[in-house]
Amino acid sequence: MTMTIDAKGVYYKELNHNLRNHLDKGVKEILVQNVNGQRYIGDGVTGSQRLILEGTPGNDMAAFMDGLEIVVKGNGQDGTGNTMNQGRIIVHGHTGDTTGYAMRGGEIFIRDYVGYRVGIHMKEYKEKIPAIVIGGTAGDFLGEYMAGGIVVVLGIGLKEREDIVGDYCGTGMHGGIMYIRGQIPEYNLGKEVKIVEMTDEDKALVRGYVERYVTYFGGNVKSILSKPFNKLIPYNKRPYGNLYTSW
Amino acid sequence: MLREGEIRIPSGCAISGIVNKQGVRFSGRDVIKSIALMHDRSNGLGGGFAAYGIYPEYAEHYAFHMYYDDITIKDYTEEFLSSRFNIAESHEIPTKKVASIKNSPIVWRYFVKPKSEFIDEDCGCDEFVMKIVMMINAKFDGAFVASSGKNMGAFKGVGYPEEIGEFFRLDEYKGYIWTSHGRFPTNTPGWWGGAHPFTLLDWSIVHNGEISSYGANKRYLEMFGYQLSLQTDTEAITYAFDLLVRKHGLDIETACSVLAPPFWRNMERMEPAKKEMYTALRAVYGNLLLNGPFSIILGTSKGIVALNDRIKLRPLVAATKGDNLYVSSEESAIREICPSPDNVWTPKGGEPVIGMLEKEETRDAYQYATA
Repeated sequence: MTMTIDAKGVYYKELNHNLRNHLDKGVKEILVQNVNGQRYIGDGVTGSQRLILEGTPGNDMAAFMDGLEIVVKGNGQDGTGNTMNQGRIIVHGHTGDTTGYAMRGGEIFIRDYVGYRVGIHMKEYKEKIPAIVIGGTAGDFLGEYMAGGIVVVLGIGLKEREDIVGDYCGTGMHGGIMYIRGQIPEYNLGKEVKIVEMTDEDKALVRGYVERYVTYFGGNVKSILSKPFNKLIPYNKRPYGNLYTSW
Repeated sequence: MLREGEIRIPSGCAISGIVNKQGVRFSGRDVIKSIALMHDRSNGLGGGFAAYGIYPEYAEHYAFHMYYDDITIKDYTEEFLSSRFNIAESHEIPTKKVASIKNSPIVWRYFVKPKSEFIDEDCGCDEFVMKIVMMINAKFDGAFVASSGKNMGAFKGVGYPEEIGEFFRLDEYKGYIWTSHGRFPTNTPGWWGGAHPFTLLDWSIVHNGEISSYGANKRYLEMFGYQLSLQTDTEAITYAFDLLVRKHGLDIETACSVLAPPFWRNMERMEPAKKEMYTALRAVYGNLLLNGPFSIILGTSKGIVALNDRIKLRPLVAATKGDNLYVSSEESAIREICPSPDNVWTPKGGEPVIGMLEKEETRDAYQYATA
């Protein structure tokens, strides 16, 4: 059963209160129309239902979210999926800065580009491996201080002389993997990361994410995969282990 | 009440601006609606607006928006102003009672031209006005110049921006540029003069962030006669644009690259001529580099410029629709008044978004020094 809520002019507290109430009652899917700027949608909610948001949800959407699927028919703002624990976010547009900040589980698929500091401080634990799949480009500080998880950048529609990732990519990274489609400019890489060969396992993993991306947003798996990917991993699990003391 | 510099409140802000590049004037309603959507980015301790094109009947006069604590300082300041300017018109700025707006100062407006005996080759009208503004804001206790440009004005105070907009009846004005600010003071208390925008002549700045290089910037600006008396970082940005563009003849883009210059490591990869230019700018104007997080909107009679710090520590979104350019802290604040923009994007750190008027005759109305 799908229910529809009109969010036009509704203050975020009231909107989120309503959404929680309906989710608590077991509504499986809620279509929220005319969302514009309301913060904290889906924050901290545990569940397996789905929210479809039409419009531009506000900052910190799906922060600490634990299981929902949120589909955004529009662009996300800053802090999308902040410290998210479980669930899925599918954005039919772009998202702002700090998307997937300190993410601990779940998945974020973004059709277009993302802002600065995306995936910073991401982490993983055993089977909980968060993932961010970006269709376009990423701004500076992608995966900075990343400690776990997976970031995939497809660079679809990359313009000539445009860099697929910004400056300081992977600075301070000490865990996790980034898969970047095509050439990564050396000057954009943080000094704690290195480019390594893709294994068959990596290729299978990337194929899986690309297939899902195409399912959500359209496109051609074959043509996306026809350009080779680069794998970025940290040199060291403890890059700053000897910064203040030596063992 | 404690003023700037006497108290520290630990804790963001909202900015929004619109320009119609054809110089078409529109009411303040849109910008109020836009900034109001970001209500929760401010905390009621400051809100303000800058509007351009609002006084066409006095387009050649400097429009002084004055705030006074009491009648005594108003009389004293008016006597001083009459001694320096020919005042074509003066009246109270119309306001409306808004329940939440309290302790408002006396707000007065003057349309003036400097008396000819004060103007010579060394000190043109703009320079003279700048000196007067500096003097009043530094020395006249209880009097404050909120704005001093031609055909523009700043309306600001303590309250949420939408309340300040209502208080000053901005829906009754028409301008081709509107910028706005919702304040969440981080280091200092809110007072009427301390609200954004900060202005000088026809420059106005609204700012989200804080400038940690304030001390270095202040000392440099003081060498050129600016008095930084308001104890706030944003004031320094306004004067930096005045110095770089009006006095030193830099174009806006170059001025922006002084405030948010490329990193040395990135300059290494530039073609030689470009590298040389940025190196020279850094050598001459290194003291004007703004360190710390900021997103700002600069208003001028010729257009607006939005700029981020180099590593984008504050949010900024831009959009276009026809002849309109919108810039804001959040995309939703633009969509609130422009639901389907032609183009919407997030500018890179240090990369200015420039929206200048396309009409030559309007540009010529402001005299830039020639380089």
